[in-house]
Amino acid sequence: MAVETMAREPSRSLSWNDPWVRGIVYQVVVAGAVAALGWYLVNNTLDNLQRAKIASGFSFLDRESGFAIGESLIEYSPASSYGRAFAVGLLNTLRVAVIGIVLSTVLGTAIGIARLSSNWLIAKLSSLYVEVIRNVPLLLQLFFWYALITENMPGPRQAANPLPGVYISNRGFKFPLMAEHWIWDWCWVAVGVGTISALWLFSWARERQNQTGKAFPLLWPSLGLILGLPLLAWLFGGAPTKVVVPELRGFNFQGGGSLTPEFAALLIGLTMYTAGFIAEIVRAGILAVPKGQWEAAGALGLKRGPVLRLIVLPQALRVIVPPMTSQYLNITKNSSLAVAIGYPDVVSIANTTMNQTGQAIEGIALIMAVYLTISLLISAFMNWYNKRVALVER
Amino acid sequence: MTAETAPLPDLKPPSSTIGPIGWLRRNLFNSIPNTILTLLALWFLWQIVPALYDWLFVRSTVEAADSRVCRDAGGLCIAFLMEKHRLILFGLYPFEQHWRPLAAMCLFLALILATCNRRFWKPWLWLCWAMGLPAVGVLMWGGVLGLRYVGTEQWGGLPLTVFLAAFGMVFAFPLSILLALGRRSKMPAIQALCIGYIELIRGVPLISVLFMASVMFPLFLPTGVSIDKLLRTQVAFILFAAAYLAEVVRGGLQAIPRGQYEAADSLGLGYWQKTGLIVLPQALKLVIPPLVNVFIGIFKDTSLVVIIGLFDLMNAAKQALIDPNWRGLAVDVYVAVSVVYFVFCYGMSKYSQALEADFNKSHR
Repeated sequence: MAVETMAREPSRSLSWNDPWVRGIVYQVVVAGAVAALGWYLVNNTLDNLQRAKIASGFSFLDRESGFAIGESLIEYSPASSYGRAFAVGLLNTLRVAVIGIVLSTVLGTAIGIARLSSNWLIAKLSSLYVEVIRNVPLLLQLFFWYALITENMPGPRQAANPLPGVYISNRGFKFPLMAEHWIWDWCWVAVGVGTISALWLFSWARERQNQTGKAFPLLWPSLGLILGLPLLAWLFGGAPTKVVVPELRGFNFQGGGSLTPEFAALLIGLTMYTAGFIAEIVRAGILAVPKGQWEAAGALGLKRGPVLRLIVLPQALRVIVPPMTSQYLNITKNSSLAVAIGYPDVVSIANTTMNQTGQAIEGIALIMAVYLTISLLISAFMNWYNKRVALVER
Repeated sequence: MTAETAPLPDLKPPSSTIGPIGWLRRNLFNSIPNTILTLLALWFLWQIVPALYDWLFVRSTVEAADSRVCRDAGGLCIAFLMEKHRLILFGLYPFEQHWRPLAAMCLFLALILATCNRRFWKPWLWLCWAMGLPAVGVLMWGGVLGLRYVGTEQWGGLPLTVFLAAFGMVFAFPLSILLALGRRSKMPAIQALCIGYIELIRGVPLISVLFMASVMFPLFLPTGVSIDKLLRTQVAFILFAAAYLAEVVRGGLQAIPRGQYEAADSLGLGYWQKTGLIVLPQALKLVIPPLVNVFIGIFKDTSLVVIIGLFDLMNAAKQALIDPNWRGLAVDVYVAVSVVYFVFCYGMSKYSQALEADFNKSHR
């Protein structure tokens, strides 16, 4: 609803019966009360900080942190600064949130569709999943997965070996990784370039179809762009094929790629929990498309695939996108529970920092700033996407 | 002469379309992809169900002195749960006084259940609450009537979880109505304050609000004044829940047609009369299901107090795991605790569905 600001009729004199006058008085009183409360709290805080001789300000960010961090995407050592430690935590938060968003969207969509399946067994199994997952606290689920991995998985010496080179033990998941080579960085760049040009190709093809009615075959060219470009880069770099397989040395595996138990537990827990909610959103979205739409599209002679893609999905997305946004925000905010199982996300790092420096206000302010920024960015992106799929009313 | 013709009795439908076989064909094997899915699901169940049955019933241990026996058996350690169930349910509350939190919680839950039933929405219900709440307080704190005093730092377990969630909701609700009304207010200063508050709280994780309550809040108070940690946490929950509830209430307010406001205006009702008598009763009725959803969320979120060190159900369960005699039984305890959470949350969601159906009945 649009907000109308109070407009005052010019002829009246000032009187308590005038809603405009009352409005001004109320606002002044409320704003004054809030300001007074704020001033009182700030005053107390400054007083307390001085008494306890706690420094204030963000200068601690340049000082040496002195604590180690279990996993990091960038170079970090205890000699690095608190600021760098925060960057490590922020990247770890983003890593688990982004992967979690992708995986839970896939899993949740599959389960949401499965709940609508005509197959009785599949429908019942997926509703059982949704009911159980949604009614147990996420933190409990995280503890459960963490305990399952660290306590009930075999040790590295007896690690389960489901595929050659892949080891599952209580030290996490170990898997083979390509040996380091300078061309791999360029391959990732090629993937990015390929994806962007594929997106451009999509919009160009849509534009052309809108104008000329001619469809452009999109599947092979886009696959060629996304997979072919990195392949070319790889060939150009001399096609390195050396693989590092994790090997048991001493008490743990060396080499190869790994997922720590903390990361694995957090990712599994977040993904499965959020998928339960996303499944319900997807189900509601598909149910919101009237049956007549399927039938009308069928009567036009469209096959099931194009019906889903061109008729049903665009209408279902209108219902799905707004609640999906809040699920994506939730997954990001819920990743802060990492502190409970020891995954070094931004909250966990801030917590350690607060304990070491005693600067609680700055630490919490940093946490809040990080999450507010992420929330705003995700909402901005999803609002933009929502505008694209929303019904254009005339 | 006309021949008498009598129709032959109807043939039975083919046995493949009726009865259990027909049901199976219709629901599980009606097409090739569905058959594949069914077989996959059956394979999955074959992998899971016997193992689960084994874990729960066949290999579970009822009598054991320590965790070694349980781990050798490889099943659920019922002996451990039986030994620790009072620690898990009541936390650090003095052992011989456990009947007090139990009685308080039962009384409290009975009051809530009575309030949930619309048949009991009579004036005497207020009286019940007015007598019940002090009784709950006396049972928990003690210090009078010959009961030993027990401070809040010793409260714990399921009663703490229930109290945190219930009081959080009860106090957050009026606050959220004010916030929602403020957000739709035409006064710019009040609107800006409400929007700022709601969006700030909704944009940050609950943990940061709890950290604020436990670490930062003591700094806000004048020197020498200190507030109980449980109370601080309770206030944090109230402030957090209010922001989420406010958005739900706002949804309800937006669904009320403009004509209702205008009709109230034309009757000469003032703002509070209009809001209290016309708008809110309709708006709140619309949003009962999402309100219960928020309540379920808050109930689950109380488990986060583990991180700031309060002894709710979750933390009490973790304390039970510290015992060196009972190592490596985390999964058993977590499964048991999730059953408790599940019962509460599932009950609430069923109640909200029943209430929704009840309200819809009166309309159509």
